[in-house]
Amino acid sequence: MNSSNSISKQKLKWRIFNDKLFSIVMMTLAFVSALPLLSILFQLVKKGYKQIRLNFFIEVAPDTMQAMMAKANHEIIPGGIANGIVGTLIIVGLASLIAIPLGLICGIYLSETSKGKMANAVRLVVDMLQGIPSIVLGVIAYIWIVKPVTSGFSALAGSVALSIMMLPSIIRSTEETLKMIPSTLKEAALSLGVPYHRTIFKVLLPTGMSGISTGIILGISRIAGETAPLMLTALGSSAINLDITQPSSAIPLLVWEFYNDPNLIDLIWGASLILLLIIFLLNLGAKAIVKKWKVQY
Amino acid sequence: MESTILNTKNDRIIKIDSPLLNIDQLSVSYGGDKYSIDKVSAGIQKNKITAIMGPSGCGKSTLLRAINRMHELYPDTHHKGSITLDGEDIYKINPIELRRKIGMVFQRPNPFPTMSIYDNVIAAYILNGIKLKRSEKDQIVEKSLREVGLWDETKDALHKRGTFLSGGQQQRLCIARALAYAPEVILLDEPTSALDPIATAKIEDLLVELKKKYTIVLVTHNMAQAARISDYSMFMYIGELVEYGKTKNMFTTPKDERTEAYLTGKFG
Ligand SMILES: Nc1ncnc2c1ncn2[C@@H]1O[C@H](COP(=O)(O)OP(=O)(O)OP(=O)(O)O)[C@@H](O)[C@H]1O
Ligand SMILES: [Mg+2]
Repeated sequence: MNSSNSISKQKLKWRIFNDKLFSIVMMTLAFVSALPLLSILFQLVKKGYKQIRLNFFIEVAPDTMQAMMAKANHEIIPGGIANGIVGTLIIVGLASLIAIPLGLICGIYLSETSKGKMANAVRLVVDMLQGIPSIVLGVIAYIWIVKPVTSGFSALAGSVALSIMMLPSIIRSTEETLKMIPSTLKEAALSLGVPYHRTIFKVLLPTGMSGISTGIILGISRIAGETAPLMLTALGSSAINLDITQPSSAIPLLVWEFYNDPNLIDLIWGASLILLLIIFLLNLGAKAIVKKWKVQY
Repeated sequence: MESTILNTKNDRIIKIDSPLLNIDQLSVSYGGDKYSIDKVSAGIQKNKITAIMGPSGCGKSTLLRAINRMHELYPDTHHKGSITLDGEDIYKINPIELRRKIGMVFQRPNPFPTMSIYDNVIAAYILNGIKLKRSEKDQIVEKSLREVGLWDETKDALHKRGTFLSGGQQQRLCIARALAYAPEVILLDEPTSALDPIATAKIEDLLVELKKKYTIVLVTHNMAQAARISDYSMFMYIGELVEYGKTKNMFTTPKDERTEAYLTGKFG
């Protein structure tokens, strides 16, 4: 009795030690995997912080001459990325306006139709859409919008390309979220004489709000940094442009332009930092929504 | 031979004079020609509790859900026979209208998780887009919560989510939600099977109280429960309504040997 007790005590100690070792190893690995992210951030802040003043947000990008003069005088390069910020807001906003309703409807359809040829075909298309390289979507928007609709490069064409990119994640997150909601909730509403469409829009969607809006925000953060499709559609613009049928700048386009101009290259750090911060904020927003709107059944 | 079988069948199924609900030769299938309930005929007495008993899979829920057409949620269902409410064929009433007259309570409490206790009670109005004055809402909420004995427990927390309540309280909230629309009939499908004995006793007392105003049809696995609170009992077996009568009579002198076997715990 006594001896078996002492053995189990020893075993217990070994287990506790093991547990500790395990958590230390886990923490180290987590830190190692976070290292690249931390070093990117460090790099961007170190090289970009000098650029980020108020006029970085309210002035448009400088041209190469202005930058050259400033450099010659050992001054900070003037101007900012206001045309890119406004362009990104408009292009991404419009893309969301297109993609969110379409994606919601499609996701609802799929969650309500688990079987059937049509639903399976839609699922297949959504999966394939997810795999299409973004540059190809740019080409498609070029053919659909740039030539026939806006007869020239335009913010609208960029939005269309990005909205197609967003669709799969919105559709999938809507479908998955709605499928997780217990069917008893739907039955409860229908048994109160609530028509089917109202049951979906007033019971199921609000109940799944947390998951669905998280999917939407992650979709937005995924497209906010896209560059390739915008090169073929929005093209870029040195001025702030509010007309969606005209070419428009965007933050990632500016990063690319700065990179290609030896006089402006120093601006890529500040611009990248802003882009990264926007995406961080979107992700944090998604986390906050999950926490705040989570419902228990 | 044929007539004696018919006679004994009539003997086993009580005839209700001027029933509120009349089920006539009702068969329901979930698809194909396999019927989950087969030629069920029974009248349901107004302002009484009618219990439906029987082993798992015998068609209790199917029969209950046919009464407010909830079985139609499954895409391939079809039925034969008819059910009338106040003499009106329910399959000719719009199912949405019908469900406002015949409310339903489910096995697991299912309050709407995004809604407060207050909103859950008047969910039928909110979800159907019926605008009420604040005072009317307050009145309905208080009246319904009092009817289910939940008012004193929740009156200071009406704006908390319904899902914060205990299981038994949630179930009473769901009953209040079904009552808020003032239905004629309330269908309950094993409403206490997920609850502890104390919460169960409260719901049972509540149902006895509610039958003064409503007609209640209750599916239960719990024979003691049927014996305690029901006025009439049905015993179903593999889709057939085997026996239907006054609860007292059925528990003391069952007429069919399958009923007797079930009541004495030989199967089920
Ligand atoms: N959605 C459905 N699709 C196909 N068959 C079904 C469906 N629901 C029920 N059935 C079948 O109908 C029969 C009756 O089922 P029902 O749910 O009415 O039984 P029950 O008496 O309520 O059982 P339980 O006590 O387990 O709840 C069963 O054989 C079951 O397999
Ligand atoms: Mg059942």
